[in-house]
Amino acid sequence: MNVSYGLENIWLWFTALLEKLFGWFGLPYIFAYTIEKIIFAAALLAFISISVLFLIWMERKVSAHIQSRLGPMHVGGWHGWAQTIADMVKLLFKEDIIPAKADKWVHRIAPIVVFVPSLMAFLVIPFEKNLIGQDLNVGILLIFAFSSLAVLAIIMGGWASNNKYTLIGGIRSAAQMVSYEIPLVLSVLSVVMMVGSLKLNDIVEAQSRVWFVFSQPLAFMLYIIAGTAEVNRTPFDLPEAESEIVSGYNTEYSGLKYGFFMLSEFTNMLIVSLVAATVFMGGWLGPKWLPLPGIIWLLLKTYLIVFVLMWVRWTFPRLRVDRLMDFGWKILIPLAFINIFITGLFMVIFK
Amino acid sequence: MGILLDEAPYILEKMPGGGIIITSADWLINWSRANSLWPLTFGLACCAFEMISTNMSKYDLDRFGVFPRPTPRQADLIFVAGTLTKKIAPKLKKLYDQMGEPKYVISMGSCSNTGGPFYDSYSVVKGVDKVIPVDVYVAGCPPRPENLIEGILKLQEKIKKDTIKNNDRAQIFK
Repeated sequence: MNVSYGLENIWLWFTALLEKLFGWFGLPYIFAYTIEKIIFAAALLAFISISVLFLIWMERKVSAHIQSRLGPMHVGGWHGWAQTIADMVKLLFKEDIIPAKADKWVHRIAPIVVFVPSLMAFLVIPFEKNLIGQDLNVGILLIFAFSSLAVLAIIMGGWASNNKYTLIGGIRSAAQMVSYEIPLVLSVLSVVMMVGSLKLNDIVEAQSRVWFVFSQPLAFMLYIIAGTAEVNRTPFDLPEAESEIVSGYNTEYSGLKYGFFMLSEFTNMLIVSLVAATVFMGGWLGPKWLPLPGIIWLLLKTYLIVFVLMWVRWTFPRLRVDRLMDFGWKILIPLAFINIFITGLFMVIFK
Repeated sequence: MGILLDEAPYILEKMPGGGIIITSADWLINWSRANSLWPLTFGLACCAFEMISTNMSKYDLDRFGVFPRPTPRQADLIFVAGTLTKKIAPKLKKLYDQMGEPKYVISMGSCSNTGGPFYDSYSVVKGVDKVIPVDVYVAGCPPRPENLIEGILKLQEKIKKDTIKNNDRAQIFK
């Protein structure tokens, strides 16, 4: 599976050039390494921003067409493509309100804290075999570890705003995310058992014959359900339920701080879809008869899953709080354990 | 909006070529504000149903970037849709005060414009402009969705004529 026409070739050529250039000037390797990583991080940040701008526009168009509307049509000309840019510029120039009795510092840093974990998870996602921030041995574990930190920021925002609705939203989010973390990890655990490695590149390469979505269909279903709950999207968007608690944990946030909450929400959705595409749908692998760069295959699969998540969001109503907990603890977790047991049984029998 | 929009226009005005920067910034800010009006979900009486209908499939306000927000902190626009009684007027004032600058008000229907058919009533405020400043008045009892859409387009025209040199807080600074 040595793909020789990917984007990674340009990146490898560039890094080799940079290292050679630094070698000529007699500088140690660590300088070249640092600059490479900074350039990679900047490219990643640009990718995330552009993806989120596109995803918000896509969400509005998908929702509109599901509800037999048209969605944004006027801003920027073609089908309102500049709608999200207008929204973001407006949020940038909007008044930044901090409530008088809020815990000011916690209120200020919560939007930053919510974005950092979602950014960190991109460190280990392989866009192509060598186009990766850092190919860690514990890649998949690191993604889940960081994505569970987002709940901290949501509680911070909910508590610091000094408003009963934000507090209820934050506490709901804590209960929900802690509960659904377990089936999320357990569903991926069955895949990890089959591969025998937590490294994401190993998981991708193990799917060169058959994707795990076919050999582990139950795990894929559990992952998608728990992942939807993990990023607080409908039918699990209880932390920001408009009909019950005004806007949940971000009720008191205005302007760019709210923009950051929205940015991290869509980044989290992107991460859930990227991990689903990597772990279950073959990541950067594509059919051999169609030589396209691996990153294109990965993004195609990712956006397919993103579309399914949007479809689900605008089709199903919201769950009740107690039923949400029942569903998580009484159905998803036993199913995940059964899946692990069956996987182990098959591994022993067909060794 | 802080130092950037309060002080910068007056410093730029004195600099050579500063006018170009002001007009470019005006264009960008007004374009974004006009095309991203997020209204507060707030309805008082029967006009609210026309407002809801305007947001729904047939008329679809989302085409113009109008996207309802549940919380006043994130809203730019408030439709006063319906009869404003004296009992609810303080709540409307409070919600208006909770919105972040810049904020706009569309008074929708006869009741909120002037008191309308309840002009003689002991309990009705005779026009919402007695409580909060209004940008656009939409006539009708209740106005049809087309009227409301025209009101929004008028508000967009009004926003596009605005400039960062004359916002209220800047006047205080001066």
